[in-house]
Amino acid sequence: MITLSSQKEVPPEFRRRTQLLVAAVCAIFLLLGIRLLFLQVIDGERYTYLSENNRIRLKKVPGTRGMVFDRRGQLMVDSRPSFDLLFVPEDAREPEQILGRLARYIGRPEQDLLKLYKEDQYRAPFEEVVLGKDVDWRTVVAVESHQLDLPGVSLRTRPRRNYLESGMAAHLVGYLGEIGPRQLKTQKVNGYTMGDEIGQSGLERRWEEFLRGQSGGQQVEVDALGRRVRVLHEVEDVPGYNVVLTLDRDVQHAAQEAMQGKDGAIVALDVHTGAVLAMVSAPAFDPNVFARGVTGEEWRGYMNDRAHPMNNRAIQGQYPPGSTFKIVLSVAALEEGAIQADTRLGCAGSMPFGNRVFHDWKKEGHGSVDLHRGIVESCDVYFYQVGSRLGVDKIAKWARALGLGEKTGIDLDDEKPGLIPDSEWKQRRFHQPWFPGETPSIAIGQGYVTVTPLQMATMVATVANGGTLYRPWFVRKVESLDGAVLREYGPQQVRSIAFKEGTLDQVRSALADVVATPAGTGGAARSQIVKIAGKTGTAQVTEMKGGMVKSENLTYLARDHAWFVSYAPAENPEIAVAVIVEHGGHGGSAAAPLAKKVIETYLETKGEKPPAEKQPAAGKQLARVQGDADAD
Amino acid sequence: MPIDRRLISHFDWTVLALAIGLVCLGVLTIYSATYSITEHRASGLAMKQFYWFLFGFGVMVAAATLDYHHIDNIAYPLYGVTLVLLTVVYFTGHSGGGSQRWIHLGFFTLQPSEVAKLAIVLALTKFLQYDEPPGGYRLQDLWAPFLLVGPLAVLTLIQPDLGTAIILVVVFFSLILMGGLRVRSFLYLAAAGVAFMPIAYHFLKPYQRNRIWTFLNPDLDPLGAGYHVIQSKIAVGSGRLLGKGFLNGTQNRLDFLPAQHTDFIFAVFAEEWGLIGCLILLALYFALMIAGLRVVARAKDRIGALLAFGVVAIFFWQVVINVAMVTGLMPVVGIPLPLLSYGGSSMVTMMVAVGLLINVSMRRFTF
Repeated sequence: MITLSSQKEVPPEFRRRTQLLVAAVCAIFLLLGIRLLFLQVIDGERYTYLSENNRIRLKKVPGTRGMVFDRRGQLMVDSRPSFDLLFVPEDAREPEQILGRLARYIGRPEQDLLKLYKEDQYRAPFEEVVLGKDVDWRTVVAVESHQLDLPGVSLRTRPRRNYLESGMAAHLVGYLGEIGPRQLKTQKVNGYTMGDEIGQSGLERRWEEFLRGQSGGQQVEVDALGRRVRVLHEVEDVPGYNVVLTLDRDVQHAAQEAMQGKDGAIVALDVHTGAVLAMVSAPAFDPNVFARGVTGEEWRGYMNDRAHPMNNRAIQGQYPPGSTFKIVLSVAALEEGAIQADTRLGCAGSMPFGNRVFHDWKKEGHGSVDLHRGIVESCDVYFYQVGSRLGVDKIAKWARALGLGEKTGIDLDDEKPGLIPDSEWKQRRFHQPWFPGETPSIAIGQGYVTVTPLQMATMVATVANGGTLYRPWFVRKVESLDGAVLREYGPQQVRSIAFKEGTLDQVRSALADVVATPAGTGGAARSQIVKIAGKTGTAQVTEMKGGMVKSENLTYLARDHAWFVSYAPAENPEIAVAVIVEHGGHGGSAAAPLAKKVIETYLETKGEKPPAEKQPAAGKQLARVQGDADAD
Repeated sequence: MPIDRRLISHFDWTVLALAIGLVCLGVLTIYSATYSITEHRASGLAMKQFYWFLFGFGVMVAAATLDYHHIDNIAYPLYGVTLVLLTVVYFTGHSGGGSQRWIHLGFFTLQPSEVAKLAIVLALTKFLQYDEPPGGYRLQDLWAPFLLVGPLAVLTLIQPDLGTAIILVVVFFSLILMGGLRVRSFLYLAAAGVAFMPIAYHFLKPYQRNRIWTFLNPDLDPLGAGYHVIQSKIAVGSGRLLGKGFLNGTQNRLDFLPAQHTDFIFAVFAEEWGLIGCLILLALYFALMIAGLRVVARAKDRIGALLAFGVVAIFFWQVVINVAMVTGLMPVVGIPLPLLSYGGSSMVTMMVAVGLLINVSMRRFTF
């Protein structure tokens, strides 16, 4: 046996304490017994009544989500009341018969309803089967008027998200969806429960905590047939906060219309703040489809669509910039002193380099060209030579300074950085040195270079505003229904570049002449009401051996991407616009007119007061808040 | 180590029989609590609970066999391991029901706060095993135990698991009182505790505050905790004298009860077996307490008596607080009913506790 020094005898006082403890245990258990006696015998009848005749249930009332307005207070997203058709089989004595009757009243095939009921066999008892979401008025009226014949059938009102005009800026605003099992696990702490809606992408997701509002609920006494006898307690739901965007509904509308039927993206920015005025990615999806509950078929349709409508091309599309990259080259060359503005270089329609020949888009060549003409006429050979003088690393340095090759940092998920290659990157990626023969391609925005449309817009805005790169943003403020501002957002400067005197003037005057002069490539953007400055670009999708082939003669997917990056007014810039039309052909003809339309719309509407009739829902909710205040 | 024949002849069959009886009632009630009327079958949880019992039984035999005097060596290492586990839970824990209480261990998830109950009993027993100072311990003699218990209780509280934290604290005070704390010191401590309450309230999570308020006035949160208390009382009360019968509890069936198979299992039992069933169940627990206290009184030495008492204290407080909560006598705090509520960690911990009780009991005549 183990003997330990600590083997102390049980002290005598332990006996006394144990006796006290026995008495205490007896007393407390007696107390519990008495409590049970009271609950189960003396009050037993009352509780039995409560458990059998009256059933208390909880009904959740989701809070109305906040609205989204454009910069001038025009409504873009709101919520409208809708009805869901519910059925609690336990409340109906013969569920199948009731469903048959319901089918006749509402004019839907009986088979449909029975199928929904049978599919949901594994639900918890007394949980409703959803027979229809957002049902039409006919159904609502039919169910209301035949309520007595339809035990177990009920309607549930719930606010439904309503994206105006089938979703403006769908990719930026995002969409709602029912909370998934995995999200539920992490979001349970924040009060989400099964069946709740939660922002799944874009603004709806990033500003979820402000937009969502608070669910309310009712403790309802229902009778044996599940019909509401009375509301015992009620917790009011609280609507979410409203969000005011920097977007302009009219500009967005014009941009969307311009993109109709095309694939591509348009981004419009406020030159002096980096605020997003419009963002289009085409083709787009309709967020209303998600708001009412996307069907598997619709989801697969979106996912399998070759044009990828769910992708936000404005921030996720990585395209070669083509000739629009010559803006970067011009800035870099002037800053690094690789050329002077009046340096003339010859163009004979092509340039041999090593064992390759680099062609110009104009076969017969441009002759002797200076920087101004190089930009205006987009002379490739001129920029091959400028690029070679600079070298890839200096090109990369200036491209990055202007915000290319890195995420802009806009508050949207899954932004892509694009790619600005340099010799170090080449070494890391391919374990090879950079070959000088690769530089001419880079100089005209081909080769490894890729950019996103948003990056191009910030780049041209930086050139237009004199060298300040802003982080693009799109939410101006978050406010409560009575207009109290909760959050306010403003411009965020990423960096300010001190350019040499003259650099930007040289480039900007050339960009103005791209549009203004007959020789310029961007004549299609010439406007009667404003002077627009910009640069066209035609990005090759497939490399054409042995010279240029006219884009129109190629199959759709092999056609070039058309670019136009621009700002206006040319002398005193306010708005910057980047347009890409996938497989659109020439930037001058396919992309420039779209930018012109967006810019003209911006200038035509910027002074206008918004039409007053566009805020019906706002008025309604405000009235309700005031009503509550009166009640206090 | 040769098994002493006297150990077997002195084996405490009463304690074992009571424990097994309670487990059987628990498995039956879990079966009922997870029975689905639409599918006409129960989920596998009752069977799982039974497997946990089998595993727990094995651990119990081990806990009964190893001479309890070894706790002198085990107590502090166990304490250290528990502290580490609770810290790990805090940082990486697997959350469930809004709090982080579990660690994934491949085949099962461990809830270290259950282990903490045993760790506290063992550590305190080790500390208090020597003779009391004349006149009893003063508070300054007990700084070490306070230092031991503090971190465990705080780590449990911030999970947040208010229920287990409360158990840790009351078991701690029960043990130092039994171990010989001066009554006057205890009164000082109690007064300080009352004064501390407003500060403690400040640190409670909003939902825990709500529970205190809704206990005082259930109408304040009709959709949350108030609803749980009301439904639980309806379940217990509607059981009346004889109960609605096995699998016939409507409150349970219709999913009106929260945490039916864990913290509120007593409500399911009360609804189906009525007052008679409840009194039988309470009688089983009562008998277990009395048998436990008899082990305390007859223990061979001080360390054994304290160990047995610690086990009795765990059982006693959990049963009392759980039943008081379910019957609306106390605010809702998550505390399982020992040996009845569903849960692997809880089952194994309670079986180890039973093993320790048997251990002390059967060594009372050894030299």
